[in-house]
Amino acid sequence: MTVSATVSPALGAEAAQARDRSASETRQDSLFRWVLLGAATLVLLVLGGAALSMLWGGRLAFQTFGWHFILSDDWDPVGRHFGAFVPIYGTLVSSAIAMLIAVPVSFGIALFLTEIAPGWLQGPIAAAIELLAGIPSIIYGMWGLFSFVPFMSDYVLPWVNDHLGPAPWIGVLFRGPPLGIGMLTAGIVLGIMVIPFISSVMRDVFRTVPASLKESAYALGSTTWEVVWKVVLPYTRSAVVGGIFLGLGRALGETMAVTFVLGNAHQLSASLLMPGNSIAATIANEFTEADSDLYLSSLIALGFLLFVVTLIVLAIARLMLHNLARREGR
Amino acid sequence: MQSPRGLILRRRGSNIASKLLGTAATLFGLSWLVWILIVTLLNGARALSPHIFTQITPPPGSEGGLANALVGSALMSILGVLIGAPLGIAAGTYLAEFAERRPVWRETIRFVNDILLSAPSIVLGLFVYTIYVRQVGHFSGIAGAIALALIVLPVVVRTTDETLRLVPNMMREAALSLGIPRWKVTMQVLYRAALPGILTGVLLGLARITGETAPLLFTALNNQYWSNNLDGPTASVPVIIFQFAMSPYDSWISLAWAGAFVVTIVVLVLSVGARAFLLKNRMDANA
Repeated sequence: MTVSATVSPALGAEAAQARDRSASETRQDSLFRWVLLGAATLVLLVLGGAALSMLWGGRLAFQTFGWHFILSDDWDPVGRHFGAFVPIYGTLVSSAIAMLIAVPVSFGIALFLTEIAPGWLQGPIAAAIELLAGIPSIIYGMWGLFSFVPFMSDYVLPWVNDHLGPAPWIGVLFRGPPLGIGMLTAGIVLGIMVIPFISSVMRDVFRTVPASLKESAYALGSTTWEVVWKVVLPYTRSAVVGGIFLGLGRALGETMAVTFVLGNAHQLSASLLMPGNSIAATIANEFTEADSDLYLSSLIALGFLLFVVTLIVLAIARLMLHNLARREGR
Repeated sequence: MQSPRGLILRRRGSNIASKLLGTAATLFGLSWLVWILIVTLLNGARALSPHIFTQITPPPGSEGGLANALVGSALMSILGVLIGAPLGIAAGTYLAEFAERRPVWRETIRFVNDILLSAPSIVLGLFVYTIYVRQVGHFSGIAGAIALALIVLPVVVRTTDETLRLVPNMMREAALSLGIPRWKVTMQVLYRAALPGILTGVLLGLARITGETAPLLFTALNNQYWSNNLDGPTASVPVIIFQFAMSPYDSWISLAWAGAFVVTIVVLVLSVGARAFLLKNRMDANA
């Protein structure tokens, strides 16, 4: 360039060298950036690829049965007819039971951790509850099969039969042989498994409530409960719903624990005490037994349905949680 | 109109009731943790013997160990982390450092990553089955490791992203003002500052895949024999637990408990260790 022409040759060489270096550094920088971008794009590809590959793998089942795949309750590997209503029903019902248990308990735990417990106790208790989330699903399954199922059939289910069975309307849900394995047991185990997820979201968002709001309510003479119910909860409503949906997403896709305690029975029964099946448990149990393309395709199609439902639930959860983050200005 | 006295009693009553119920809910939650840990550790300790680590899985009705499954699990988990962690760190770095000019793209990836974080692991197993196992034509430990890597990935992306965002901007500005290129700033300054957080993420990812069962069913399958070949069906402790616990043989069930014991201990050490590590580093940084 013109500058190097006017200064001494040595300096010119140095400037050229610096130019070269800055050019090569720019190249390295953009290469680095592209590698990182590729890794980040991979995250999108995994999610999209999972959905598409399962749609592709399940196309044979969808083409063969059409809407009957979802609506028919006839799952017959020998007759090569596959209707997924029973597993879909089982997934929805066991998750519903789980949420009925997990939501109030999680709220109680969040209340305890933010308002009731003394400061020194909050950390250890929160860590212990989080450990529940760390225990692998297969451990829940073994404990469920060998410890919780006998407990249910010896103590809980006879009581349920005697006291809830005769009740009008809902009684039909609670009549049946006290086998221990079944929809109710699976729902309870699922509930325990999702408690840490919901309670930790609730605790975190309860802490984001501005102190001035709570103090104003206290100054007006509110009790702790009134502050939580009328100030904290309305303020955090959308994030709390987000946390609940996050737990629901976990419950819907939970596999091993449910496989152990649900009973793997392809029959529809009104009673929650009877064995049933869920989408994830069906896939886990029968995948290695699938002896025809149609069978395999039906299982993958089940996986596709599960994936789509959990994606929608989790997307709602994240959107609800995101709203709170934005309001906080984070 | 209610008497003021009655109103006060009612409000006090509901306040006390809410506190009692909150405490009861916490005890309820903790009691499950205690119950599960006691059952697993007691039954597992009873089933534990040196054979577990030296002998391979036995045929029904005879004695044996879990050596092949332990090795299979260890190899697949390590390979899973080796694949998943670098990709996760790279993606997390992109989100935290290099995406400032594309906020929509960045938020989309964050959103999708958060969904992937909670997505059912069984689905990831089916995904790897359709794109890898079916194409290659046989089950393999490599496929299992890929499935596990997909579970590690979102955990590491999230923790890397969050930790890097906590690094003070001064560090970036100081390094860049010396004319150091951004990739060197990232590798030599930012990673050094964020190392504890990133390592915690990797450890948490490892803890998560240690007990993973569902995705391995469709990828690594199982193997009753000793195998050094990760390109063939590979045994893993969780899958062996699943197979043995559901069986009618006492020796198999006992081995399943031993496996459950090992898995639980490893997971507890990893997850408690990761949190303690992070906590210690945070305190050191504050001190």
